[in-house]
Amino acid sequence: MSTFWSIWISVIVLGTVFGCWWLLYATRKGQTTDTETDRTVGHSFDGIEEYDNPLPKWWFYLFLATCIFALGYLALYPGLGNFKGLLGWTSTNQWEAEVQEAEATYGELYAKFGDTPVEQLAENDDAMKMGQRLFANNCSVCHGSAGRGSLGFPNLTDDDWLYGGDPDSILTTLHQGRNGNMPAKGTMPNMTNEQVDQVVNFVLSYSGREKNAEAAEKGKEVYAQACVACHGPEGKGNQALGAPDLTDNTWLYGSTYDWIRETVVNGRQNQMPAQGDRLSDDQIQILAAYVYSLSN
Amino acid sequence: MSTVNPNLTYNYKVVRQFAIMTVVWGIVGMALGVLIAAQLVWPALNLDLPWTHFGRLRPLHTNAVIFGFGGSALFATAYYVVQRTCQARLFSGPLAAFTFWGWQAIIVAAAITLPMGLTTSKEYAELEWPIDIAITLVWVAYAVVFFGTVMKRSTPHIYVANWFYGAFIITVAVLHIGNSMALPATAFKSYSAYAGVTDAMMQWWYGHNAVGFFLTAGFLGMMYYFVPKQANRPVYSYRLSIVHFWALIATYVWAGGHHLHYSALPDWAQTAGMVMSLILLAPSWGGMINGMMTLSGAWHKLRTDPILRFLVVSLSFYGMSTFEGPMMSIKTVNALSHNTDWTIGHVHSGALGWVAMISIGAVYHLIPKLWGLQAMYSTAMINVHFWLATVGTVLYIVAMWVNGIMQGLMWRAVNEDGTLTYSFVEALEASYPGYFVRFLGGVIFLAGMLVMAYNVYMTVRQKQAVAQDNTAAQAA
Repeated sequence: MSTFWSIWISVIVLGTVFGCWWLLYATRKGQTTDTETDRTVGHSFDGIEEYDNPLPKWWFYLFLATCIFALGYLALYPGLGNFKGLLGWTSTNQWEAEVQEAEATYGELYAKFGDTPVEQLAENDDAMKMGQRLFANNCSVCHGSAGRGSLGFPNLTDDDWLYGGDPDSILTTLHQGRNGNMPAKGTMPNMTNEQVDQVVNFVLSYSGREKNAEAAEKGKEVYAQACVACHGPEGKGNQALGAPDLTDNTWLYGSTYDWIRETVVNGRQNQMPAQGDRLSDDQIQILAAYVYSLSN
Repeated sequence: MSTVNPNLTYNYKVVRQFAIMTVVWGIVGMALGVLIAAQLVWPALNLDLPWTHFGRLRPLHTNAVIFGFGGSALFATAYYVVQRTCQARLFSGPLAAFTFWGWQAIIVAAAITLPMGLTTSKEYAELEWPIDIAITLVWVAYAVVFFGTVMKRSTPHIYVANWFYGAFIITVAVLHIGNSMALPATAFKSYSAYAGVTDAMMQWWYGHNAVGFFLTAGFLGMMYYFVPKQANRPVYSYRLSIVHFWALIATYVWAGGHHLHYSALPDWAQTAGMVMSLILLAPSWGGMINGMMTLSGAWHKLRTDPILRFLVVSLSFYGMSTFEGPMMSIKTVNALSHNTDWTIGHVHSGALGWVAMISIGAVYHLIPKLWGLQAMYSTAMINVHFWLATVGTVLYIVAMWVNGIMQGLMWRAVNEDGTLTYSFVEALEASYPGYFVRFLGGVIFLAGMLVMAYNVYMTVRQKQAVAQDNTAAQAA
């Protein structure tokens, strides 16, 4: 902040503390007695009078002690504008120190598994216990504590993969995250309502569930124009793009006509957040092995 | 030394209206509190309807109890106290009537808009911009009536209760206008004038002073009249009044930063918020001491007078929560307590124990006076209410302490490999018993309010009860 604001803040912070201090002493100075008295200050408001009692001593010193503590704290910690405090403490360096301490304490535990290949690690009971805890802390909020997912969050136990279930793909997903994007109406923005109905029926026909065979037949042409680029000529999807296989009757967003229609009309956006800057490489290795073990 | 004008009369009509609405909004607001407490135990009570969902009813609960119940109690007592201690009739009767009807309309507007989901999402300032403007107008009228009366007083000095009421009225105006600055987009949607962490800081500068000025300074004004009046004893120390008044209002405005410890708020503002919160301990206790010690020589009255018991126990809770608050503002303590139920327990030891109990005591003192009677219909019922309120408050805050500390410890527990021992849901499951006890405490407190409503109704419908609209000044 600029020098002006730094001075301004220092003046009003110290002004408030010393103001309290002055108020205490100034009020005590006028005291006429040290002990409790029966004398009032002479006003009467609706029959209420006020004693001229002194400030209670213990209270006076309590007040003073908090002011002194405040001044000491302001000397040691950042509080007076740009003044950094004698200890050099900041909330950021406190956090960094705690992270460092955690890494020093726990780093070795993870490091001993960090170089083991994922398939092999998945067989190691100790590593998988740690993997389960890492999963519970970091993944279960979306994928569920058993990894079975929910609407919009993939099931990790079924060996059906959007971006690939081999160790390298899982590691990439964990390190870098994934951005899923199905554009509204695919690559055919001017799709009519009738065509939407047709293409939904066609997609349903992959799993033998079309509502209207005639529409499904016509939908094939719409599919070729709107969907084929990502989902492929046979509807098998494309793991390089994260485009789901439409023929296996596994659905990320619901399997009914209405749900699929909603997906076609409005598209879908989804995000798996990157873990690379939250977890260490060793932790991600263990986590990848745990996720791998769920379906292998 | 009074210079009473024999022709002087007091305007009690507006005081009566606000006093009755204190009881009404108390029951409405606390019933909503009991409902949302029950929703946390039995989620099916959300009824799967958007307008009965916890997320919409919770702000309605806080608005109804703070502004409906607490606000009505403050208006009623401020108008009563300022007239009697200034020996002057309220400045402008029509304007006072406007504040009554305006304030009630605002609470009704809250009861309509909040369940509809119309909200600014700022805590304790959820109401959208048209209602914010209405609040400003009513509040300015309140200030004019109050300070107008102070200016035409026939006493040489201004009584300490009026310092507190005055500080509360002025500061709440500044806070409300400052925090509610927004750009309207439609009739019921606006965007805050502040961005990011500035918005958060403005919000908690307002939010903590909703506690500091609305729920503390105003109620200390109440305390300074009703405690000495009910005990019939002089106030303990005029000097203490001076020190704790100025120190309280000077430091409270700084304290909001402690709501944002370990956040994006710059470190210096967090530090300032913390040290001022610690300094606040002594000024807060100054008020408690001045109230408590006023009873010295009159302690025996507690045995026979349940109204005085309400007032004294409220001061005990005030002392307790103003010790707890500075402690929770210390960063290391806050790291454990933040976002847990401990905070909710702390708020309610202030809200139920201090604010509600002193208001209830004040209303029991007021009602007979406003209807020209000697006493309430039933003193035994006041006693029953006292015990219901005390037991309800204690159950509530103990349940939240236990829950809060347990949650804080569960959230930070780690396994030997550094992973968290408990998931969030496990901490939630462990909180159920506490949520049930909290619900029970709320039910008991609400039951006390129903006893009060019956007692008030029976008092004012007595044959000899006469609405005192233009009471001669000398009638005590």
